[in-house]
This record gives sequence, structure tokens and C-alpha cells, in this order.
Amino acid sequence: MAEPKPKAAGSIDTEMVKHVASLVRLGLDEDEARRFSGQFAEILDYFRLLNAVDTEDVPPASEQPAVRNVTRPDEVRPSLPRDEFLSNVPHAEGPFVRVPNVFDEE
Amino acid sequence: MDPTRLTVREAHDLLVRRQLSSLELTRAALARAHALDEKLHAFVTFSDELALEQARRADERLARGDSVGPLTGIPFAAKDCLSTRGVRTTCSSKILENYVPPYNATVVDRLDEAGAVLIGKHNMDEFGMGSSCENSAFFPTRNPWDLERVPGGSSGGSAAAVAAGLGAFALGEDTGGSIRMPAGFCNVTGLKPTYGRVPRYGLIALVSSFDSIGPLGREVEDCAAVLQAIAGRDPRDATSLDAPVPDYLAGMQKPVKGLRLGIPKEYFAAGIQPGVEAALRAAIRQFEGLGMEIHEVSLPHTRYALAVYYLLLFAEASANLARFDGVRFGLAAGQGAENVIDLFLQTRREGFGPEVKRRIMLGAYVLSAGYYDAYYLKAQKVRTLLRQDFAAAFGQVDALLAPVCPTTAFKLGEKLDDPLTMYLSDIHVVATNPAGVPALSLPCGFADGLPVGMQLIGPQLSEDRLFQIGHAYQAATDWHTLRPPIDGGAA
Repeated sequence: MAEPKPKAAGSIDTEMVKHVASLVRLGLDEDEARRFSGQFAEILDYFRLLNAVDTEDVPPASEQPAVRNVTRPDEVRPSLPRDEFLSNVPHAEGPFVRVPNVFDEE
Repeated sequence: MDPTRLTVREAHDLLVRRQLSSLELTRAALARAHALDEKLHAFVTFSDELALEQARRADERLARGDSVGPLTGIPFAAKDCLSTRGVRTTCSSKILENYVPPYNATVVDRLDEAGAVLIGKHNMDEFGMGSSCENSAFFPTRNPWDLERVPGGSSGGSAAAVAAGLGAFALGEDTGGSIRMPAGFCNVTGLKPTYGRVPRYGLIALVSSFDSIGPLGREVEDCAAVLQAIAGRDPRDATSLDAPVPDYLAGMQKPVKGLRLGIPKEYFAAGIQPGVEAALRAAIRQFEGLGMEIHEVSLPHTRYALAVYYLLLFAEASANLARFDGVRFGLAAGQGAENVIDLFLQTRREGFGPEVKRRIMLGAYVLSAGYYDAYYLKAQKVRTLLRQDFAAAFGQVDALLAPVCPTTAFKLGEKLDDPLTMYLSDIHVVATNPAGVPALSLPCGFADGLPVGMQLIGPQLSEDRLFQIGHAYQAATDWHTLRPPIDGGAA
């Protein structure tokens, strides 16, 4: 079977990289965006290998086969003590977790 | 007698005969680990105080002679993605550099109950993303067989430490070869169990549908003893399996004569280093000599496994790593952030290394509208075909034998700037994880002075069978007994 020819990689330019970065809340500088765009094109080209596989009647395998739905009784159980939880919070204030504004001031 | 050279079984024999105390054994392990880690950089954190306390408790148990098991009083360390109460757990990432978990992973609890002694936490590729341990945000780990080479990844610290005698065994984690590949590069034995065999509660997730926690040790018997202690259902992990846990140490002793071993031809294709292939061929003859039947088999979709694996990894990892936002735990960045989005951006820019950023972004890309069907859904369909390949092969044979890696350990820096080439080094270890089947990595020889690893792959929940075959091989060979020349002396 012939190797599928990778299509030309033009779709992952630095603008696209920056757009995706903003969607996943990653700050990137210009240099990183440029480097990533070349690497992404190469990696996504490699994935085109899968186009050669006929999956017409193949169901997707979205979970591990041995595992079924699992339920448990809805009972109240002890949770982590507040002090222990707060010990890892980067910006704690008293018994609270402090975050900057969530909504823009209008 | 040097207590740091003992296997788990040898140390256990001396402990129960009271010829050695856990405190002596633990002190020796810690002293060696502190000294040699200056060369190896296998540890992110040492837990001396906890270890000495656990060792004293183990010695009390041994003195009373009650509830003593094969791991009581035995020093070990865990990969730094496993939560340890009161002991810093970083995933070798800056974003978790100061994170101290308020609870233990189930596997850590279970080893504590078994009386094992935690001496520290092992370096890894950041969040398990890498094949060389060079993606640690702190420092790369060195291969004890050649300090200029990588130990493999992502459980590189664990494999290097076990090979060099810094602790008797390790707890690692395998998402797509992360136990087996470093085990192969460092000449130790490592098991990736069946998906769900070992509960994942308290494991910092990379790919929730692939991640498998398992042991690395100096021989099969040690790995069997560790799996015995950590396997079995935990209600806190809904995907952990309810299946009974067999007596691995007893089952391991059964003869292998008449068992059928499959050789998947796709794993011996072009690109395999000649010395690696020669070691594997010699191992096949060894298995034949043990009375096993050898059959050539085919896993026709093998060439697609790497693409399926990485595609699904990117997708699941991008979702799993969304939780690192600088609000509830992790790096305290973004002091002057104007709004919450700015806090997320600053935390994640400073906290994640380049490989993690790459994979999060690629994951979001392949899941995005317009690309989902072409990438993610396509990969899940081919994943079904990979599973069918294994199912068909296991209709003909009891286990498969394959190389762990097409080459021996590569040099530091050799593949670091070329992500796709780095990914390709995983080509032989990734198919098992999307399929959920177990695989045991074993030392099987040397090529140009560097260790060669082979893996035995079995159907779901066949760990007992893999141990049986691996144990028979190690009873007949001595590759696994060779130690790296890290002390300056001979191996």
C-alpha cells in the first residue's frame, strides 16, 4: 500500500497558532508562535497517515472495553478540611480564594 | 554485603530473619541516592524524614512478626505524578513546583499499608510528556549506563534510580511506554498493567483513558510483589476493575512449556537497530529452548498506532490540563493581573514548558469544530482496529514478543529540537495503551554496551501469564542481574 502523500501544510500559520493559544489560555510570544507553526504543520501532516485506513463501518472506541457505567450511593461524606485545601491556593485571603475581576466593569 | 544491591526478595529474606533492619536498609538507600543523584538527577524530592519514620514502623512490625508482607521495610520511590501526602509532588513542572498534596494516591496508601518505605519522588518529563526525561522543567535525568545518554521517558528518573540501586523498586506510570521504554534503556524490569487493574485515584492525569500505574524493579518477581500490593478496585476510581487479583508470586512459578509466543512481524520491520534485532532474535531462541511454541503473527494496523496514540493524547491532555489555572493550586503568577483571563494566561505562560504548550494547543486544534471528525473521531475508529488486531492475535497465541524501542538509548539533546522525531521513538510502545492491554518490559541483552529491552504483551488481565513467561526467562538468563558501572567499578 502506498504511503499517502502529505498535503501541503499552509493552514497552521502563526495567526492560527496565536488564536488556538488564546482559546486554551496560553500566553505565547512571537518567537514561540513562529516555531510552533512549523512544528504543528509537520505533526498534523503525519496524522494524515490515518486517511489511508478504511473506517467506513468501524465504530469509534471512546472508552476502555472492560469498564461499564459505575454508580455509587449519593451519600454525604467528609471532604477535605478547608485549611488543607487553602494551603495550596496561590492567592488566598482569610478563608477565601482571591481572584481578579471575572467580569469587565461596564 | 551491600544492601543497595539486593532485590526486593533478597532484602525481604534478610529482614524477616532479622539479619538486616529496615532502618539499615533505608539509610543505605538514602545515602546512595543522595550521593549518586549528583550525577544522575533521578530525584526531584527526597523524603528522608518520612522514610526513617516508616522504616522504624516497619522494624516494629518485623519484630512483632505480624502483618509482614514482601514489601514491609523495603525502600522505594515514586514517579512525581503520584500524589504523596505532605511530600511535594511536581510532575516535574514549574506550575506545580511548590504543590504539596493533602492526600495520598491510592497506590501510595496501599504501599504504606504494605509497610514499604518512601524515600523520595522521581524526575520525569513534564506531566509525562516526553520520551527522554529531558522535558523535565528542572533538569534532565542521566542514563546510569552512559551519563551522556537519556534514560528514556517519561518515567526516566524511576528507571535510572532502580538501575543504579537508589531504592529497591519504583512506582512509575505508563501512558504510552513511559514505564517500558526507560526500563528498556536502563536494564530494569517494568510492567504496564491492564488499564483499570491499578486504581488511578491521586495520579495527576495525562490521558485518562490510557494512564496505567505500574512497578519498575530489578526482576520480574519484584514487580509481581508490587503489583500484588497495588492492584484491585478502589471506589474512588470508577474505571478501576473489580476482577479478582490472582496470586502473582505463586502463578509465576508455573512452567512455560507449550505456551504459544507470537512474533508480530510489523515490529521487526526496517528501521530496527541491528544489535537490537540480534538481542531479540536470541531471546526468541531462548524461549524456544524453554519449550514455548513460536508463531509469526500480524498486527496489520501497527503502522497507524503512533498517529492514533498521539492524536488522542493531545486531545485528552488538553482537557486534563485545563485545571491548571493558578486559582486553586499551583504557581503563584499573575500578581498584577487585571482580570481572571489575564491570570490564566500569565500562570500558564510561566508555568508550562514548550512540549506541554505544544500538546495542549494541538489537542484543542484536533478537537475544534471542523477538524473533530477528520482527526479525533478518525483516530477513535482506528483505535477500534488496533484493539481488533490484538484480539485476533490473542486468538492464536498466549503472548506477543516485541522490541521495546527500535534503538538503544540516544544521546541527550539528540532529538530535543525535533518533536516528531522524538515521538517516533515511541513507535513500539504506544499501541498497547489505546488497546488497554498489559505489557512487561525485560532486559534481553546489550548492543554496543547499552541495554536492549524486549516486551511481552498479553490480553487484558494476563499479568500472571506475563510474569510467568518473564520469570522463566530470567531464571534462564542473567541480563537483568547486570548493574551499570556508575560507582566507577565494573558492572
